[in-house]
Amino acid sequence: MTTSDLIGKIIQVLVGLAAFAAVLGLVLFFIDRAPKKGRDVIQLVAFLLPAMILVAIGLVYPAIRTTITAFGDKAGNFIGLDNFVWMFTQPEALVTLRNTVIWVVLVPLVSTIVGLAYAVFIDKSRGERIYKALVFMPLAISFVGAGIIWKFVYEYRPAERDQIGLLNQILVWFGQEPVLWLQTEPINTLLLIVVLIWVETGFAMVVLSASIKGVPIEQLEAAELDGTNAWQRFRNVTLPSIRGGLVVVVTTITIATLKVFDIVRTMTGGNFNTSVVANEMYTQAFRAVQPGRGAALALILFVLVLPIVIYNVRVMRQQKEIR
Amino acid sequence: MSDNVVDLPLPGAAKPRDTTFEVVAADLTKAGRVKRRLTSRTATIASLVIAVIWTIPTFGLLLSSFRPEELIRTTGWWTVFQNPGFTLDNYRDVLFSSSSSAPQLGSYFVNSLAISIPATIFPLVLASMAAYAFAWIKFKWSGALFVFIFALQIVPIQMALIPLLQMFTTALQPMQEQIHAAIPIIPEDTYLQVWIAHTIFALPLAIFLLHNFISEIPSEVIEAAKVDGASHSQLFFQIVLPLALPAIASFAIFQFLWVWNDLLVALVFSGGTADVAPLTQRLAELSGNRGQDWQRLTAGAFVSLVVPLIVFFSLQRYFVRGLLAGSTKG
Repeated sequence: MTTSDLIGKIIQVLVGLAAFAAVLGLVLFFIDRAPKKGRDVIQLVAFLLPAMILVAIGLVYPAIRTTITAFGDKAGNFIGLDNFVWMFTQPEALVTLRNTVIWVVLVPLVSTIVGLAYAVFIDKSRGERIYKALVFMPLAISFVGAGIIWKFVYEYRPAERDQIGLLNQILVWFGQEPVLWLQTEPINTLLLIVVLIWVETGFAMVVLSASIKGVPIEQLEAAELDGTNAWQRFRNVTLPSIRGGLVVVVTTITIATLKVFDIVRTMTGGNFNTSVVANEMYTQAFRAVQPGRGAALALILFVLVLPIVIYNVRVMRQQKEIR
Repeated sequence: MSDNVVDLPLPGAAKPRDTTFEVVAADLTKAGRVKRRLTSRTATIASLVIAVIWTIPTFGLLLSSFRPEELIRTTGWWTVFQNPGFTLDNYRDVLFSSSSSAPQLGSYFVNSLAISIPATIFPLVLASMAAYAFAWIKFKWSGALFVFIFALQIVPIQMALIPLLQMFTTALQPMQEQIHAAIPIIPEDTYLQVWIAHTIFALPLAIFLLHNFISEIPSEVIEAAKVDGASHSQLFFQIVLPLALPAIASFAIFQFLWVWNDLLVALVFSGGTADVAPLTQRLAELSGNRGQDWQRLTAGAFVSLVVPLIVFFSLQRYFVRGLLAGSTKG
């Protein structure tokens, strides 16, 4: 990077920010001086329209286009359901779907359970904040960074040499042969899943910890006076009252898992039968130049996310009615 | 009234024999305390184990990034006491080395910043304006439109990538070329596409969250200002924005981290050159092509982690608040 490059970049950012501020400032300046008659409408338009236009051209229109593309071939001719037939019949596409299912089952389940257990264990303990920060930290890290961190843990060296990956070293300590983790099926998919669990547990822990602190202390004490043990109290008092938090956690993690892309891309590139829908979508659309197949996979992603969101919205409504 | 109120026992704890009750209760809590101490010991051990497992991978990477290349390649970081040796060469190499095989992360680092800062400011400003309109300007279809925006969150960005890229190529590319012709110091590939893409993808959630906050500003405050003759833009800048600042701040942290850590949007819209591409993209590339260069990958990964970790540890409180409010983003 030369100095002139750097200056060019700084100028770009400044020009971008200045242009943005200037346009907004002008618009707001003029709507305050708009003729009294239509002022309300003009003001509404000025406040709302920029966001609405962006959303329309950036989300609504593309979503419709992608839906149409999913039913076409490379040249855009209508081919009906062929892309979906490809998805559900070709072995390599089926592996992708199978992997996605494994991801979606394991990640929300394990990270919610571990996150909940951890949140309960550290609740009101000494050093709670440090405990939280340690498990929470991966959430601030990019998936790419997380991928590299774990690739290092899984690194392989032939048995006659010193291991530099922690996992293989542990095997060696126990007298086993080191394994080429990321190339070995089916364990490699599970090891990629570990990375996302590592990230999402922190999220589950923070949200659930906040819900646990909201459990009425009187109920817990009352249950204790009734002679219940810690597990019964947890099962019968805590768990029902944090149901809302659990729903949020599970649905959010499920959606994040469905869209997982960076981890697979960084660690295996989708090779060795580790691909998932979101990664395959990218590969098909941008590498294999099969926009129809890519769009069909994106559409499947949408269809998978839809029921989860609907359920979430319904639970939210119910809770509002109870209040 | 408070005179007559005896300390009411809790509903679940109400027992007929009041005098013995206290003794029993004392006994119970004593037993309970012992039991609690026992369970808390297992709990402490369990949480220690989890905390250690969660921290070790990052710690190993951090430690390795300061070890000389030769040692990283031949020995594990846990043998650091048998094989001591620390160096900053890895960081010097990944950040500043100008040899063509070096990662040259310096310029990608600048790109990450140049992408993240505007891509945080733009959507926040636009979203708070829209949220204000939804909350305090009455118009037909306001409710329906708001629900529609909320629903847009479920469109996976994967669905929007291809058409958006096509639109950018036809509409934005010529404009960028003209700017380049007029002001040569600004390259042909600019951040513009990445900025716009991130702004668009952030809007639905940002509007939703900020609306929740802005609509809870007491209506007396707004009405009073209106009576005083404040225009909408005065209201927005002088009353709504200052009051909504905590919500805006926590969303800003989120958006910043999200953009900084993003790979997919960068891959599609940045073109992949050192002019525009962010750190994540460069690192993903290195991890794929030069997966054995651990002295570069470890240092490079930490270069990319350092900004999020600083943001995270210094602004953790706001981060958690934003998380609890916005736990619907996928």
